[in-house]
Amino acid sequence: MKKSLKIICALMSLCMVIGLFAACSGKEDPTTTAAPDASVADTEAPAADESAAPAAQTDLSELKIGFIFLHDENSTYDKNFMDAAYEAQAALGLSDEQVLLKPNIPEGDECYQAACELVDEGCDIIFADSFGHEDYMIRAAKEFPEVQFCHATGTKAHTENLANFHNALASIYEGRFLAGVAAGLKLNEMIEAGDITAEQAKIGYVGAYPYAEVKSGYTSFFLGARYICPSATMEVKFTNSWYDEALEKEAANALIQADCVLISQHADSLGAPTACEEAGVPNVSYNGSTAAAGPNTYIVSSRINWEPYYELIINAVANGSVIPADWTGTFETGSVELAELGAAAAEGTAEKLAEIEDQLKAGTLHVFDTSTFTVGGEALDEYLADVDSDEAYQGDTQVVIDGYFDESNPTFRSAPYFDLDIDGITLPVAE
Amino acid sequence: MHIIKRAAMPSWKAWLIRLAAILLSLIVSGLFVMFVTKLNPISVYIEMWKGAFGSSRKIWNTAQGTAILLCISLAVTPAFKMRFWNIGAEGQVMAGCIGTAAVMILFGNKLPTFWLMVCMVAASVASGIIWALIPAIFKANWNTNETLFTLMMNYVAIQIASYLSTVWENPAGSAHIGVINMNTGKGWFPAIFGHEQTINILIVAVLTAVMFVYLKYSKHGYEIAVVGESENTARYVGMNVKKVILRTMALSGAICGIAGLIIVAGKDHSLSTTSAGGQGFTAIMVSWLAKFNPLMMILTSLLIVFLERGAGAIATSFRINDSIADIVTGIILFFIIGCEFFVNYKIVFGNKGAKQ
Repeated sequence: MKKSLKIICALMSLCMVIGLFAACSGKEDPTTTAAPDASVADTEAPAADESAAPAAQTDLSELKIGFIFLHDENSTYDKNFMDAAYEAQAALGLSDEQVLLKPNIPEGDECYQAACELVDEGCDIIFADSFGHEDYMIRAAKEFPEVQFCHATGTKAHTENLANFHNALASIYEGRFLAGVAAGLKLNEMIEAGDITAEQAKIGYVGAYPYAEVKSGYTSFFLGARYICPSATMEVKFTNSWYDEALEKEAANALIQADCVLISQHADSLGAPTACEEAGVPNVSYNGSTAAAGPNTYIVSSRINWEPYYELIINAVANGSVIPADWTGTFETGSVELAELGAAAAEGTAEKLAEIEDQLKAGTLHVFDTSTFTVGGEALDEYLADVDSDEAYQGDTQVVIDGYFDESNPTFRSAPYFDLDIDGITLPVAE
Repeated sequence: MHIIKRAAMPSWKAWLIRLAAILLSLIVSGLFVMFVTKLNPISVYIEMWKGAFGSSRKIWNTAQGTAILLCISLAVTPAFKMRFWNIGAEGQVMAGCIGTAAVMILFGNKLPTFWLMVCMVAASVASGIIWALIPAIFKANWNTNETLFTLMMNYVAIQIASYLSTVWENPAGSAHIGVINMNTGKGWFPAIFGHEQTINILIVAVLTAVMFVYLKYSKHGYEIAVVGESENTARYVGMNVKKVILRTMALSGAICGIAGLIIVAGKDHSLSTTSAGGQGFTAIMVSWLAKFNPLMMILTSLLIVFLERGAGAIATSFRINDSIADIVTGIILFFIIGCEFFVNYKIVFGNKGAKQ
C-alpha cells in the first residue's frame, strides 16, 4: 500500500514536471502585467489573432484551463460564468479534458487549494468568478508564476503588480443603463395607460450589499430609467447576501408593498423575479433572462457575457501575448449584453434600446454624465475614487473627466468604483 | 415474523454487519447513479477516490479536512455522552473563529509572534467556552431546553460574524474581510515539514488521544457517563450534576474554540459567516456514527470528508451537479445508520423465536 502510494506520487510529480515543461515552452517571452496606464490598444491586442503572432506559439490543444466557481448552475451568477466557459470551450474546439470546472468552491482556503489542484493537473490558466476568491487566487499566483490567474470582479491586480494575476469585469453599467431605459419605457407606458400617475413612477431595487459594484449598478439603472421617464424615483433595499432566495423575495415584496410599480435587482437568486410574477409587477432582471420564472412580468435582463473574455485570455496565453492587469469588456467586445425582451416590455423598446446603445458606443451619451444627476443637491465636478483599496478607504484617483464619471476605466481598474449616493434614490436609513 | 432484541453481539460480528451495510449501500447508490446519470458507477467511485486521495496535495487536504471535522466531533462528544443535546457546536466554532480573527486583526502588528499566538489561543478557547457556558448555565440552573438554546446561539454567532465582516471589511462596502495579514502572515500557523496542514493535524491527533483517555479512564469521563445514564443515579451517588454539566460544556466549548482557531489561523486566514461551514452540525453525525468513541470518529469523519471531496471531484470529472453525490452520501449514511437496527435486533421468521 505504502509502496504503491509512493509510485503514484512519483508518477504524479513526473506528470507535473512534464506539464510544466509544456506550459513553459509556450511562453518564452514572459507575459507581463501591463502598468496601470496600459492603453486600450493593449487590451485588444490579444484578440487580434491574425498575422502578428509572436515567436512562441502554443497549440490550443496543449492548453489546459481551470475554472473555479463559488456555487453551481443553480445560482444565476455562477450559471452565467459556467455557460460562458462551455461556450468558450466550444468556440475554441477544446476537449472536456482540457477544461476543468470546479463548482461550489467557498471563498476560503478551499479556493487556494482548488487552484493548486488545478495547477497540479496541468492547468495553464485558472479563472475564478467570485469576489472573495481574490486573496486566495493571489496566493496561488505568487506560488505558481508560470500559470495565469484571472479573477473576475476583483480589485487588487493593479496594486499587487504580479505578472500572472489579472482582474476583469465589463462596463455593465452601460448594460444596466439600457435595462433602465427599458424600465423607463415601461413606466411611460403605464403612465400613458393611466395605471399610474407620473408621480407614482417609483422603482424598487433589491441590492446585495451597499458595495460599489451594486451602487454603480443601481445608479446606472436608475439614470437610464430617468433618462426616459423624468419623474421616476427609486427605493433600494439591501439583503446583505449575494444569494438568498427567501431574503430577496421578501425584499421585493416589501418594495411592492411600498408602492413600487417596477422592480429590478442585483442579487443572484430568482427570489425577486418570482415575487414580481406573483404580484404581477414588471421586473427588470440581471445575469440573464428570467422569463421562465416571470413569463408575464419579465421585461429585459442585462448581463455580462464572459465568453469573449475567456476566449481572449485563452488565445492570449496560446500566443504568449500580454494580459493587462485590468480588462473591462464592453458592448464592442460582446461582453455587455441584453437578453431577449420579455412579454412585459413596452412597445418600441427594441428600437429605443438600439438607438441608445449606438449613442453609448459612439460616446455621444455617457451613463454617468454629471449634468444628469446631483449628489446632496450639488453637481459633481470632481471626485477622488478609492481605486487603490487601502485600509483608510481614501480616494486616490480623479475619475470625473470631461463632464462625466469615468466608470470601470481599465487604466484605473475594471471593478466599479462609483460609490456615490445620488439624489432621487431612497436608501435604507443609515445603519 | 417478529423482531427480538439481541443479547450483546460480539463486536467482530457487529462490525461485519456494518461492513456489509457499507458494501450494500455502495451497490444501491451505484445502481442509482447508473439509472439517473447513465454513467458507469465504478468509474464514478474511482473518480471520487481520486478526488480525495489522487495526489499528495489531495491527501493532505483530505487529512486536514478530516482533522477539523474530527476536532469538532470530539468537542460535541462529551456533552452528547452526558445526554446534553448541544447542537450549538456551529456557533461555538464561530465564536472561536471570531476570537482568533479579532486578535489577528487588532494585535497582528502589535505583538511579537509568540505572544500573539498565546493571545489567539486564549481568545479562541475563551470565546468557545463562553458560547457553550451560556446555555449550560441556563440548563443547569433553570432547566431550559438546551437544544433550542444552543441552536439559537448558532445564529447569534453567525450574525456577529456578519456584523464584524462589515466592521473589518476591505474594500469599503464589500462586507468582506479577505485574508488577514496577507503580506505579513502575522498570526498564521507556521508550516511544518513544508506543509501548512501538519500543525492542524497534529493538534487534533493529540486532542483525540487525550479525549479518548479522558472519556474512558478519567473520573470525569465516568461522571459524564453516569449523568448521561441517569441524573438521579448521579445525584444519589453524590455527584454534583450541575458542576458536571457546566464543566463538560465548558470543555465542549473549549475544543470548539480550538477548532475555530485551526480554521482561522491554520486554514482560511480569514473570517466570514461561513467559516464553520455547517461542520458543527455534521460533527454531531460523526460523533453518533462512531458511538462516541474518539478513535472510531477518525474513521467516520474521514468517511464524511471523503464523500464530500469525492463529490466535488465527480462534479469536475463528469460535469454533473454535485447534488448527485449528496444523494449518494445520503444513501450510504442511511445504510450505515440503518444497519444498527440489525446489530441490536434480529428478525425472526415463523415461530422459531418463540422457543427461545
